[in-house]
Amino acid sequence: MIGTLALRELRSLFLSPLAWSVLAVVQFILAYLFLAHVQDFIQIQPQLALMDNAPGATQLIVAPLYGSAGFIFMMVVPLMTMRLISEERRNRSIALLFSAPVSMSEIILGKYVGVVAFFLVLTALITLMPLSLLTAGTLDMGHFAAIVLGVLLLVSSFAALGLYLSSLTVQPTVAAVSSFGALLLLWIIDWAGDKVGNAEASGLLTYLSLLRHFEAFARGVFSTADVAYYLLFTTVFLVLGIRRLDADRLQH
Amino acid sequence: MMDSPLVSVQHLSRAYGHLLAVQDVSFALQKGEVLGFLGPNGAGKSTTMQIITGNLAPTEGRITINGIDLLEQPKAAKAEIGYLPEQPPLYRELTVDEYLRFCARLNRIRRDKVDAAVRRAKERCGLEAVGRRLIANLSKGYQQRVGIAQAIIHTPAVVVLDEPTVGLDPIQIREIRDLIRDLGTEHGVILSTHILPEVQMTCSRVQIINQGRLVFSDSIENLNRRMDTTTLVVAFDHPPAADELAAIEGVERVEELADGRFRLHHAPGESPAPRVAETAVTRGWGLRELTPEHKSLEQIFIEITSTEHAVEDAA
Repeated sequence: MIGTLALRELRSLFLSPLAWSVLAVVQFILAYLFLAHVQDFIQIQPQLALMDNAPGATQLIVAPLYGSAGFIFMMVVPLMTMRLISEERRNRSIALLFSAPVSMSEIILGKYVGVVAFFLVLTALITLMPLSLLTAGTLDMGHFAAIVLGVLLLVSSFAALGLYLSSLTVQPTVAAVSSFGALLLLWIIDWAGDKVGNAEASGLLTYLSLLRHFEAFARGVFSTADVAYYLLFTTVFLVLGIRRLDADRLQH
Repeated sequence: MMDSPLVSVQHLSRAYGHLLAVQDVSFALQKGEVLGFLGPNGAGKSTTMQIITGNLAPTEGRITINGIDLLEQPKAAKAEIGYLPEQPPLYRELTVDEYLRFCARLNRIRRDKVDAAVRRAKERCGLEAVGRRLIANLSKGYQQRVGIAQAIIHTPAVVVLDEPTVGLDPIQIREIRDLIRDLGTEHGVILSTHILPEVQMTCSRVQIINQGRLVFSDSIENLNRRMDTTTLVVAFDHPPAADELAAIEGVERVEELADGRFRLHHAPGESPAPRVAETAVTRGWGLRELTPEHKSLEQIFIEITSTEHAVEDAA
């Protein structure tokens, strides 16, 4: 059932020009950045050759590329998630799902899987670029895998938050703006942490930051604490979304 | 009356904040019945439909569909219902075929049976020719039909249609009504509308809801009987005195209207029309008009909804 709902979501996404333009624009920008990083790498390669234990292509090209991808996703995910539930409400097509023999959890999970599948496609397309480096050199595959996993966890937590905010409103644009605001706040929340002075408070704010957990993956560190953070984040917002849909029937 | 009704609604109430949209509504739907739900705007029709189909939770009350409690086993109960809301719940970016296939899967029709179910639903709703077209490009009438096809695709025991003929042209309205009557033979149908003749044409039983309360519930035959006339309007070239008319056997009361016209009141089922005609001819009054007055469904509707008196009779 979740598969049916996810496929419908994915099909509708690809029937709208939005999905295609997002794919094109993101791919174009990241390709440009990728070329710039490769250029830099080639320029400093003579110096790297003189160093002991010099950073490789994975650290100098792949990690910054996915860092930028994470930042771009933060802006793009709200655009893709904004319509998920708010538009169904606005078109009243949500009645179809409510009167069908499916549970609220299946509706939320179906939509979630659908939109995450879209970002899997997008990430796969981006991943092709660093993979092309294999024709000319080597990559640290373990490090590379950690980075890709990090980006996937990052984007799935973005999507969960976007989905929840979309379930709160009838206006897709309101959902987009609030999702973007919430994500941006969680991205930069640790900036304030440095200035609080209080070590405990600063630690908490740093822990909350979406970016900090991703940085570990970018360094090639696979830590269960960071994986748990993203999974927890995703679960919380999916459960909130299910609760919100349930509440729909109780009051209007 | 059969022992297990398809839909049984008991003491249903629904409040929006302080506003009671539906108060203590109880009714049952038997197999093979088309139940018309009538009421003025804002009477609570749509709210009741939404509750029956699980789109809204009731504040109080119990609903069973085919013997399954809607609140305790929502999935099993919803599998027995097809629902067309006021605005058909369509995905306009899909084609009719894609949409109906999705609906079939959503209603847990097995993958290998989906094509057959889609074909059957299209056939019943006259959609064969538009299967490959985008729903967004269809006319309002066809979109409405897609909405009905969606509601019957899993051959549910109960089909709930909320104002299915709104915004259609007269030919489409007739086709949809035929379809509804047709559905009534296999499924139980609940039809909500504020168009009175529609009820007379399609329904076997009528319920009138007003200000959240059920004020009338009876078979269409009884409703028709209620509409029977108890007045005659007569017009003469040489009008006699009212007393002379009142003297005719069977006439209970005479009302004098303008231009030599009179309204004669009589007991239900005992029209004095032949005697009036006879008397008029023998006395040379010059009878030029003799019409039994029909009470329209509108009048009955207004009568019922404008009085506080509730008719809660056994249906």
